[in-house]
Amino acid sequence: MSSTVEAAAARPAVAGAWLHGVVRDADRAALAAIAGMDGAPVRAVSAAGLVAVVSTAPLDEYGEQPLRRNLEDLAWLERAARAHHEVVAALARRGPVVPARLATVHTDDGRVAESLAARRAELVATLDRLTGRGEWGVKGYLVPGAAAVSAEPAGAGGVGTAYLRRRRAQLTARDEGQQAASAAAEEVHAALCELAVAGRRHAPQDRRLSGAATSMVLNGAYLLDLAVLADFTALVGALADRHPEIKLELTGPWPPYSFVAERPAEPTHTVREPR
Amino acid sequence: MTRPQAPSVVQNSGQVLPAGHEPANLGDILERVLDRGIVIAGDIRVSLLDIELLTLKLRLVIASVDTARQIGIDWWEHDPWLSSRARPPVEPGPRDPEQVEAERRPRVAAKARRRDAELEEWNEFDG
Repeated sequence: MSSTVEAAAARPAVAGAWLHGVVRDADRAALAAIAGMDGAPVRAVSAAGLVAVVSTAPLDEYGEQPLRRNLEDLAWLERAARAHHEVVAALARRGPVVPARLATVHTDDGRVAESLAARRAELVATLDRLTGRGEWGVKGYLVPGAAAVSAEPAGAGGVGTAYLRRRRAQLTARDEGQQAASAAAEEVHAALCELAVAGRRHAPQDRRLSGAATSMVLNGAYLLDLAVLADFTALVGALADRHPEIKLELTGPWPPYSFVAERPAEPTHTVREPR
Repeated sequence: MTRPQAPSVVQNSGQVLPAGHEPANLGDILERVLDRGIVIAGDIRVSLLDIELLTLKLRLVIASVDTARQIGIDWWEHDPWLSSRARPPVEPGPRDPEQVEAERRPRVAAKARRRDAELEEWNEFDG
């Protein structure tokens, strides 16, 4: 990373602020126990009756050019994503938090305070909506061969014909399995939404990202009142029994990453420009 | 706020397994921190389009760096697009270009075969 070093030498390192999330108030002693981006404790920036929790982010690493380069480095990205997530999760354990998207960097604390003041009404409304609630994820994976398969017709014909018929039956079965799994995913999502405050279907993760053996047909996120958690867990179990064509996996609690936007996120992998 | 009870993985058998694996799955974390969360215009503008390209590339790479290394996939380590630490393979000195090309050819072919095999397997499920 020689170019990073040159950039640092050319310009004195200025400490920016990496935003983790916004909370109503924060106990300074508690923040001192939360490690931020480079292991140092996170800090509070108070403004407009809200608190932004930030990490000090030297601009020779987190400035525009270095940041762009660093985000393309898998090891750096993994470390940053985990560190950011750990801070947000620690805040979520203490109370409502509006998580910031990865790589939200201001040049100094004063600029963070300006952002808080400018977005105050929206942030307060979001914090109110999130109080006493948490996000849970439910993923559904296709179970190959679990859907009812049309019986293979016995028939005359040579080895070649038999092979072609068998092959066609296999393809049909796979198609039917996919359709059954998709229909099950729809039903499961609808049922879970009835118990949740809000639900979103995100784009299914690619198998290379999910690490799963079969394709994902449901990637749902649900905002729950904590009081219904036991019912929700039981419902997921009941739905799993009712739909053997998909395997369900419940994860959480997550910080409410999926429920901070005014409007539901598009069910695609679309990433919007910041305004 | 009271700490909610431990989450669980529910499987079809009705079997409920304890979850909340630490550290959490990298894919789950990445999709959340990259694609969700509130967008506040900071002073440092990193084009989110770049990050999207990155996630697409990531998805082509593999679930996690460690998993990939375990099964012997490490080509991104020499891909400058994916690693700012990427270095070209160390060469002892100037060499005969024809010899280099002759050595390279089987490697490239093997790599292409591997990639085709992976894609086929991938398409089988996602196609």
